[in-house]
Amino acid sequence: MLRFALRRIFQIIPTVIVVALLIFIIFSVVPGSFAASLFSDGRTNADPQLIARLTAEFGLDKPLYERFFTYIWDLARFDLGTSFRTRLPVIQMINERMGASLELATAAMVFAIVIGVPLGFMAALRPGSILDTVTMIGAVSGLSLPQFWLGLLMMLLFALHLNWLPSFGYGGGSFRNLILPAMTLGVTPLALLARTTRAGVLDVMNSDFIRTAHAKGMSEGAVVRRHVARNALVLIVTTVGLQFGSLIGQAVVIEKLFAWPGIGSLLVDSVAIRDIPVVQGTILVIVLWFLVINTIVDLLYAAIDPRIKQE
Amino acid sequence: MRLGFNLAFGGFLTAVVILAGIFAPWLAPFHPVMDANLMNAELPPDAEFWFGTDSQGRDVYSRILYGAQISLSVGIVSQVINSIIGVTLGMTAGYWGGWWDDLVNGLTNVMLAIPSLIFALAVMAVLGPGLLSLLIALGLTNWSWTCRIARSSTLSLKSQGYVLAAQSLGYSDLRIMFTQILPNMMGPILVMATLGMGGAVLSEAALSFLGLGIQPPFPSWGSMLTDAREMIQLAPWVAIFPGLAIFLSVLGFNLLGDGLRDRLDPHMRTRKA
Repeated sequence: MLRFALRRIFQIIPTVIVVALLIFIIFSVVPGSFAASLFSDGRTNADPQLIARLTAEFGLDKPLYERFFTYIWDLARFDLGTSFRTRLPVIQMINERMGASLELATAAMVFAIVIGVPLGFMAALRPGSILDTVTMIGAVSGLSLPQFWLGLLMMLLFALHLNWLPSFGYGGGSFRNLILPAMTLGVTPLALLARTTRAGVLDVMNSDFIRTAHAKGMSEGAVVRRHVARNALVLIVTTVGLQFGSLIGQAVVIEKLFAWPGIGSLLVDSVAIRDIPVVQGTILVIVLWFLVINTIVDLLYAAIDPRIKQE
Repeated sequence: MRLGFNLAFGGFLTAVVILAGIFAPWLAPFHPVMDANLMNAELPPDAEFWFGTDSQGRDVYSRILYGAQISLSVGIVSQVINSIIGVTLGMTAGYWGGWWDDLVNGLTNVMLAIPSLIFALAVMAVLGPGLLSLLIALGLTNWSWTCRIARSSTLSLKSQGYVLAAQSLGYSDLRIMFTQILPNMMGPILVMATLGMGGAVLSEAALSFLGLGIQPPFPSWGSMLTDAREMIQLAPWVAIFPGLAIFLSVLGFNLLGDGLRDRLDPHMRTRKA
């Protein structure tokens, strides 16, 4: 198990380096210089001396390969560079925002699991029932909704009309501010979870060992608890993990809509003002988050289902 | 029964949306950009303006019809690009194997690690907003699953009798890939592309909403929602109708994709029989 774990953890490193390279290349083919685009407002041209000074300050006058090696070397020491705009270390800006993003993603995931898994389970136990049909229509609708639009509608209903909840902002971390963004962000994983749980449970129900369990006279409840739930769990854990990993990426739009101070809104704001080091840093952190969660899922997966380790 | 419903309803929704886009110039009572009139700003839906008017007095209904042109073009064209990239890489990797296979596999794994919306955001940041940038950003960032499917289908098709026969007849590799292998894996590829179109319409909406996609005054469904947050209390129809258009067309693509998968998946076919 330990060897399997270590191997999976070390597999992350090359992927991160290639992602870093890819991001680096994308932002190096930008036409024109960063320093110029940072200070020209479309009406007046920026002072050439200022541009020259900034270009030198950020090392943008060095050749591309040299900049890349500096970048990777800095990355290895967890130095993501300095923001063009605020002059703060990027890692510090991300650190300040990470908590809010984690809070939002976790709340959204809990919401999705608490509602999605039981719904999918109940739908699968009674295939073709009204509950099943409604759940599946709800799931395909949930996957087709533009999330930010749903957020807007919920804002309109719960914040502006009913006045139950604040419409946006962090509110110093108050739970009431968390509800609307978390529900909005949770809808997609909820729909996906209901769907995969149902598919997983149905698949297990049709397998030979369930028929055997029934044949030897096991009660329905015991079959579901002992065999179905445990076997469907692998699929559910995988879906939860994959969704949780990509949730911070999906949160970008929701964070912006609800003015939530996470790394998603940091990314969007930095894109708008072309603060490239911050953009590169946040994307890298989002990718790293995704890879780490995926690795944890793989390890959990092996712990739940001993058949997987054999490979 | 359900198989039929997904395919029929999904196909119907998709057809309605595509026809709305094609016939927008004849169906729309007003011009989507030129017919701005501040005297008519933020009127609620009535007999003249079916879906109300926006902050500049433009007819929301007409803008949604024209918006279908942009949103659907982005959805369809970007997925065609993704399918071409994914199929080409996956098929050649599966057929030739070796270092090329390793390279494509590595690249696919990297692409899978970057959420496609985030990747598209980065590309938009570099290229700047606009229709062409959107097509590039969404067309280059969502081919990894198609590539995986194309690769695994090729691996299993490569040992089929008719492929071996073609090889012994001396057909070139490319001819075998395009005439023997590709037609036999079109089903799953088509399903991925259809589902991807829904995803691309959602991504376009999200990017335009963030101000990085289609720029005002040109109407795409996403750009129509850009200032919806500020207006939602006074003029909720400005937010409701474009979102509804996005929802229905994405639902159409998703149901169509699900229906196609149910119909084309050999696994499902045997179960039904």
